[in-house]
Amino acid sequence: MSQAIVLTPPLRSADVAQLKAGDRVLITGTIYTGRDAAHKRIVEALQNGQEPPFPLDGAVIYYVGPSPAPPGRVIGAAGPTTSYRMDAYAPTLIQRGLKAMIGKGKRNDEVKAAMAKHQAVYLGAIGGAGALMARCIKEAEVIAYPDLGPEAVRRLVVENMPLVCVNDVNGGDLYIEGRKAYQR
Amino acid sequence: MGDVRTVNAADIAGTVERLCGEADLLLPADVKAALEKSRASEESPVGREILARLLENADIAAKESMPICQDCGLAVVFIDLGQDVHVTGGELVEAVNQGVRQGYEKNYLRKSVCHPFTRANTGDNTPAVVHVRIVPGDKLHLWVVPKGGGSENMSKVFLLTPAQGLEGVKRKVLETVEAAGPNPCPPIILGVAIGGTFDEAALRAKRSLLRELGSLNPDPEAASLERELLALVNDTGIGPAGLGGRTTCLGVFVDIKQCHIASLPLAINVQCHAARHKEAVL
Repeated sequence: MSQAIVLTPPLRSADVAQLKAGDRVLITGTIYTGRDAAHKRIVEALQNGQEPPFPLDGAVIYYVGPSPAPPGRVIGAAGPTTSYRMDAYAPTLIQRGLKAMIGKGKRNDEVKAAMAKHQAVYLGAIGGAGALMARCIKEAEVIAYPDLGPEAVRRLVVENMPLVCVNDVNGGDLYIEGRKAYQR
Repeated sequence: MGDVRTVNAADIAGTVERLCGEADLLLPADVKAALEKSRASEESPVGREILARLLENADIAAKESMPICQDCGLAVVFIDLGQDVHVTGGELVEAVNQGVRQGYEKNYLRKSVCHPFTRANTGDNTPAVVHVRIVPGDKLHLWVVPKGGGSENMSKVFLLTPAQGLEGVKRKVLETVEAAGPNPCPPIILGVAIGGTFDEAALRAKRSLLRELGSLNPDPEAASLERELLALVNDTGIGPAGLGGRTTCLGVFVDIKQCHIASLPLAINVQCHAARHKEAVL
């Protein structure tokens, strides 16, 4: 298996253009969380000419709604949520500079086209491994929409977050390619 | 007829509270065994690695008192209420909700319940979904099933025509799994209810998820269909996390019941590998 490619956000087009579907990726640095309700608000803010809650240029968004941090921990369980629910919003954010999305599950054709056009990638995390994923999160702070509770936007500092490239900038799709060898 | 036995609402609330914590922090032994078995037989190296990570995740969750998954679920509670039980000191459903409220707060579980339109979170993971069945006896049997949204969203109800028959059922199960692909966190478990009515088939599909993985269905017709569907689903190659492999599904639970001469209802409840459920008898 290939060696993991290390990425440190904010990312540039060249950072993500080197990735191919199936590549292992380790992210170290600052990423932001957002899921359904936060995406709706961010896109509404952009449509109204307001600033997003964090700089989108080069940003990495993790689709996660963590469980509350137990005493002595920075965060609770923090695995990915299903990404297709963010498909309605993702192209707008990609157009504004978003470089990587972390989640699980399939993306639609509009998102894939936006990734190819604006050089962005979709990275998969293991769904349902929330306790394991929490170990690579070193800092967590709510930076916007605290009323959304688990859906609030958080700034996370992660270390060696283990991911796999699912959709690359050239149309590669690990969910399609990965199945082929095992389909009967 | 037996004597009436009293069960206190506070005991029900306390039991639900405990079961919420146990369910979300401890992966059931049958699921763990099924993941271990799949890891040994999985042909895909990536698939084997993901299954190993899921087992590691369950160990970390148990050791560190962390939820297995951040989606601690909408609390679905099944109750088999003995007809000779008298609940005192409060209302049954409110006692369940009180238990959910306390269990989710005390165990640092995510509150994932909101209004369908405003999406305002209720803040305490209530209301729970409670299914009560009156049964013979003087016991109260409770199951707490935290149901994750990702897999629930991939579930389906079909009202097939009688002409579509058994082949139609198999095709729809396969189509449902194919359409879901990586979304519901495979390896999945399927609850498949055939027959009955629109409403009740969905409930039977969910209830069948309470069965132990690897257990034999006493209905030979259902048992045979379970084996066939499991093989069909695993032939999709979707695999662990949807990245390709032979382990797409850990088990299929089929429930067959009579239906109207005009109908062939089919309900498919998709469950992720974090198949959490805990039970207690009061």
